Amino acid sequence: MAGSIPASAASDGGLWRDAGRVLRGNRAAVAAAGLIVLLVAASLLGPWLSPYALDEVDWTLSPLGSPPSLANGHWFGTDSNGRDLFVRVWAGTQVSLLVALLATVVSVVIGVAWGATAGYLGGRADGWMMRVVDVLYALPYMFFVIILTVVFGRSLWLIFLAIGAVGWLTMARIVRGQALALRHREFVTAAVALGLPARRIIARHIVPNVLGTVIVYATLTVPQVILFESFLSFLGLGVQEPLTSLGRLVAEGALEMETAPWQLLAPAAVLALLLLALNFLGDGLRDALDPRQR
Amino acid sequence: MSELLLRVRGLTVQFPMRRVRLAGPRGWLTAVDSVDLEVAAGRAVGIVGESGCGKSTLARAILALVAPQAGTVEWRGQPVGLDDPVGLRRMRREVQVVFQDPVGSLDPRMTIAESVAEALAALAGKQARAAQAARIAETLAEVGLDPALGARYPHELSGGQCQRAAIARAIVARPRLLVCDEAVSALDVSVQAQIVNLLADLRQRHDMALLFISHNLAVVRHLCDEVAVLYLGRVVEQATSAAIFAAPRHPYTRALLAAVPHPDPATLVPGAPAESPTADVTAVAGGGCPYGPRCVHVEATCRDRRPRLEDTGAGHLAACHRWRALPPGPGTR
Amino acid sequence: MVGDALFSLRDLSVEFATPRATVRAVREVSLDVRRGECLAVVGESGSGKSQLFLGSLGLLAAGGTARGSARFDGHELLGPDPAPRRAVLGTRLALVFQDPMNALTPHIAIGRQLAEVVVDRGRLDAAAARARSLEVLRAVRLPDPEARLRQYPHELSGGQRQRVAIAMALMTEPELLVADEPTTALDVTVQAQVIEVLRVARDRGVAVVLITHDLGVVAGIADRVAVMYAGRIVESAPVRELFAAPAHPYTAALLASVPRLDTPAVRRLSGIEGQPPPPGAELPGCAFAPRCATAFDQCRASLPVLQADAARSVACHAPRHADGAVP
Repeated sequence: MAGSIPASAASDGGLWRDAGRVLRGNRAAVAAAGLIVLLVAASLLGPWLSPYALDEVDWTLSPLGSPPSLANGHWFGTDSNGRDLFVRVWAGTQVSLLVALLATVVSVVIGVAWGATAGYLGGRADGWMMRVVDVLYALPYMFFVIILTVVFGRSLWLIFLAIGAVGWLTMARIVRGQALALRHREFVTAAVALGLPARRIIARHIVPNVLGTVIVYATLTVPQVILFESFLSFLGLGVQEPLTSLGRLVAEGALEMETAPWQLLAPAAVLALLLLALNFLGDGLRDALDPRQR
Repeated sequence: MSELLLRVRGLTVQFPMRRVRLAGPRGWLTAVDSVDLEVAAGRAVGIVGESGCGKSTLARAILALVAPQAGTVEWRGQPVGLDDPVGLRRMRREVQVVFQDPVGSLDPRMTIAESVAEALAALAGKQARAAQAARIAETLAEVGLDPALGARYPHELSGGQCQRAAIARAIVARPRLLVCDEAVSALDVSVQAQIVNLLADLRQRHDMALLFISHNLAVVRHLCDEVAVLYLGRVVEQATSAAIFAAPRHPYTRALLAAVPHPDPATLVPGAPAESPTADVTAVAGGGCPYGPRCVHVEATCRDRRPRLEDTGAGHLAACHRWRALPPGPGTR
Repeated sequence: MVGDALFSLRDLSVEFATPRATVRAVREVSLDVRRGECLAVVGESGSGKSQLFLGSLGLLAAGGTARGSARFDGHELLGPDPAPRRAVLGTRLALVFQDPMNALTPHIAIGRQLAEVVVDRGRLDAAAARARSLEVLRAVRLPDPEARLRQYPHELSGGQRQRVAIAMALMTEPELLVADEPTTALDVTVQAQVIEVLRVARDRGVAVVLITHDLGVVAGIADRVAVMYAGRIVESAPVRELFAAPAHPYTAALLASVPRLDTPAVRRLSGIEGQPPPPGAELPGCAFAPRCATAFDQCRASLPVLQADAARSVACHAPRHADGAVP
């Protein structure tokens, strides 16, 4: 058979497997991924391991805020109200991660749909869709968040809404740029020549080919979201009692910085490690998924 | 007389150019200018020309991928346009295309089998899984690919194999007309020969017509029954393949033929193309013949009036004022 | 007037380290380029023809290593000392690539780019540089050279840009010009003009290495041809002998698969079955054996070595005879 070669090796799995291979070769990224897994596991298991509860005040201590000690079981110490910091830090990490994950998912879903459609359609539709993005970008989001908080009160869902409403804009811009470039590629023209409707082409051809970029930016968005939530908490607009987040803990710890440094140290260290690991992982993903490196 | 499949009349495609001043007049680049073309069932028609002659734009207009400013495209007697989705669907089922870049014309995130399946589903409607798989395997084998290669991704295959896959995708729904837009230009010479043979075989086996667009005159000569030569968006010569290559009438066709290097050191070196060497090839003529600035036979009439396509005998059309006066051309055996 | 060897490669190999495996693109290639001659290096994708010269000049992409010897006028270019390479590249040895925009900077006028080549190294002053620029532009047959000096690359057509790239290469009066697929992206009419320019250079005494896959172009300008397949030279001969009586089955099959205008039209082109091995594939015997119509057991078992005979050399266990007969 002319042109045929023996079907010896099976497919190498395509571009995702290739990317996986490159990623596994990047030691910093692998270590970062491991660290993230460790932190997530710690955040889930930590509260179980400690004999204390989240809200429990330990009246046996004097003063209430006491430094870390192995003897009394407060491994990270306690805050000014006598609550165990070990439990609070890990519970706070849970909340921060949850907020970051949900907000990122929301911004990815909306951002990809918006950006891919705008980029593929081009012309006027693209113009209008991106003007909406531009206008929203221009709104000072802090005012937006404050107004929402005043009107609706403080709740976890409001945090998602506020962060999601801002996060999808950048994702849409990035995806739109990629989609604009993709629509001129020959395989997209081939799909048009098959008579496929636009929504099919966007879903089957545009989105899968922007996923690489989306994954990278999503991974880099998570730290941004955590920081934003921390910032809101710092301003007193974040999660409310009895829930806590890394941001709230850092805010509270900062107030006691001079007299009780451990209250700042523990949550700040966890926050820093998490952000560092996420950034390293994001960098590694970008290297692995960069098509030019092939 | 075989059925007339494709009929193009007066097709004109223009693209807006950037405005020079903010409120000034907008210029238009005419990529395709009043082109007439016919393709009958089972025939192979070649479109030749160099870069910028509009052949790719012509192909896209025929495939309804770009809207013309003027003229009509008729498929089997029915006009087709972007504003007629039903007619367009019917045409797409019967007219398919193979592009120049073999790897680029396949979605890098889909396996070969998935790409072919998508075409089958889009053009022939949903089918039973087993029937679909069988048809895909059969088509891959028909284009010379081991069906097991269907599980691979485009970047794992060579250029020739990818082009075979692209051809499989194009023919899986048994089109009546296959448009090949520089389909072999990006391939190595030995692979090019294989693909050209494959196209000829498929054409014969399925009574499929071919619209073959290329700048490679030698390939066109081997594959096509009829040839149209395009220059700056206009057809300047049109005839059967034998007639055009044996006795070209238009100076541009003759210059093209003279410039093709022969793989034979014993023949005369084609170092001096039969055209004016001082011509600025990017210049566009005023009201006269568009080829005037480059033509070695140019005279006053050529600069004044644009020549129309006229019949120089036995259906051999040429757009030149001076075709009668030209000395016997290079031609081929 | 062909002289002695100007550029000599001995046992040159090029390897690339990729995530999956080490790919050997060029395998122990030896060849000579003599002064004043035009050598065409012909091959298809994966033959290693470009990597051969990029490797010999130390211009490989990241992850590539070149081993072996590359001597220019007796000076070793691949040694640990980069000085000889720097002294030679761009002055005595010039390169022209497929895409002229690789040599031309988009935002600098052509006159200045041409002059920079000689003024930067202190070889000529501004006035002399300008005169030389005009001279090379005339040599490459560009009409109205004075106007060209003020123009920018995007104002020229593809063919004109390529001629300017060649002119730039000629500014330093090089002894060797290596052109990597200079005509591949160009129209046929423009291609003829560029080949004419290379011929002019060759006639002025510049040795030319033309790397290409287009046999028609080769026939028009080359003195000698080296055919490469899967990283090795399989045949090397003076151009007339190669075209008239190719000894290696691959050369013969390649010539037969070129569609021609000067012979009667055929219904079927004769291609070569199968396809070239992927770059870096390791085969025990001759790399062409799987596709060769006249291959036998020894071909698949042992690698044929390049054997020289008078002016020709061929690497085949059963090369075709001079009268075209197949053994």
